[in-house]
Amino acid sequence: MSFSRGNRLIFDNINMDIERGKVTAIMGPSGTGKTTLLKLIGGQLKPDSGTVLVDGENVHKLSQSALYKLRRRTMGMLFQSGALLTDLSVFDNVAFPLREHTKLPESAIYRLVLIKLEAVGLRGARDLMPAELSGGMARRVALARAIALDPQMIMFDEPFTGQDPISMGVLVKLIDSMNHALGMTSVVVSHDVEETASIADYIYVISNGKVEQSGTPVELKHSSSPWVQQFLGGLADGPVPFHFAADPLMDDLMKVEKHDR
Amino acid sequence: MIADKLQAIGHSTFNWISRVGKASLFLWQVLLSLPYMMQRPMLLVRQLYYVGVQTLLIILVAGLFVGMVLALQAYIVLVDFGAEDSISLMVSLSILRELGPVFTGLLFAGRAGSALTAEIGLMKSTEQLSGMEMMAVDPMKYIIAPRFLAGVIAVPLLTSIFMAIAIMGGYFVATDMLGIYEGVFWSQMTNNVDFFTDVMNGMIKSLVFGFVVVWIAVFEGYDCVPTSEGLGQATTRTVVHGSLAVLGLDFILTALMFSV
Repeated sequence: MSFSRGNRLIFDNINMDIERGKVTAIMGPSGTGKTTLLKLIGGQLKPDSGTVLVDGENVHKLSQSALYKLRRRTMGMLFQSGALLTDLSVFDNVAFPLREHTKLPESAIYRLVLIKLEAVGLRGARDLMPAELSGGMARRVALARAIALDPQMIMFDEPFTGQDPISMGVLVKLIDSMNHALGMTSVVVSHDVEETASIADYIYVISNGKVEQSGTPVELKHSSSPWVQQFLGGLADGPVPFHFAADPLMDDLMKVEKHDR
Repeated sequence: MIADKLQAIGHSTFNWISRVGKASLFLWQVLLSLPYMMQRPMLLVRQLYYVGVQTLLIILVAGLFVGMVLALQAYIVLVDFGAEDSISLMVSLSILRELGPVFTGLLFAGRAGSALTAEIGLMKSTEQLSGMEMMAVDPMKYIIAPRFLAGVIAVPLLTSIFMAIAIMGGYFVATDMLGIYEGVFWSQMTNNVDFFTDVMNGMIKSLVFGFVVVWIAVFEGYDCVPTSEGLGQATTRTVVHGSLAVLGLDFILTALMFSV
């Protein structure tokens, strides 16, 4: 599958398999198009060539209504910002997909929402508005909303970014336990190496539009690729240079005089 | 130099045309989403409150003052010809044919249009629209369509309220301040104002203005660059383009409706 934005090729003929019931992580430096990949899977963007199959269906060949049906049945997505609807309370946010897509009576919705909120530990926060939540809480509410319809697969867009260690731990535990308890397929897009490696069954490392390497966390740890080693180890310099491409420092410094004039 | 200028003109014209095309496609999608309102009337009612009721105050105040000022000005001109009895005619015709629809359109663009753009744009930049799509809820149906329809319904209603209150303002000034007889004021108006040419044409104008202003407002919000800068520009564009569209269309409609 290939995808480009303007003249920039973002994915160059990549090929990935996401196994059912497993946690698959997609890692890579910022700006490699990890979020774009999720949008391609969700059908919000169209690839230039190639196909995206979800549950045997080609996402980009479906009509709008069939795509919506597929999303309803199989996909949940957790956005980086949470993407909670700001004019609805926590309870109504989690109830939103249920109210939109099911004909359940309010009493059943009430119970379902409380169960989902209990799973993320925020049953007590149901009357708060999204603006009153911390970042970590907002993401947990969004998670409760994403699992409201019990999708087969959840896509997590940078679930750990900008979280303090405690809420990061909470999220790691939640993703892990949901995967095991509900048998959900999880796709985690992240660049937080340790957290992701601790829960992933399989990891794809992408960079410059290609899959740099893939394997289980243990395999990757012993990878011979210097690039993967730099990424996993968080080294400042290596195959990925510390410096953004520029003229030699001396030349640049000499130009200072021109600025004075 | 000249080639550069020509190129720039061509470029911006091309951009403008492609934007109009985009907005037209968008409008088509909105119109297709409107039947959804039958299933979820509460969405529409809520937006009618935000777009209509919350714009009421500024419409009332503006209408009252426009009517009062108009009566004063009309009196000053008419009294020289001894025609001050016609004051109600001048006030009501100006209000019904022009000022009612135009003022309401402009105020609506400034008060409700900008708010619509900002709200939708912020939803876009906080990924709420994307999030909805991924929850298999079409934001076109759930967010855009109710706001659009609410605007189209609200503007003619606001315009008629503006007209009524402006004529009342003119009435108070003419009778209480300027000493015109009450009976003269009303009979001049009822004898000379025609329901179809004056009142209905004004209402048709307001319908057109409402449609265009709210179309611009929701399109700018939906299409905005999702950054704080882009959102600011989109809001500004709503007010500027909305107001210009009202004024330009007013000229065209007047020429069509009232030319002999």
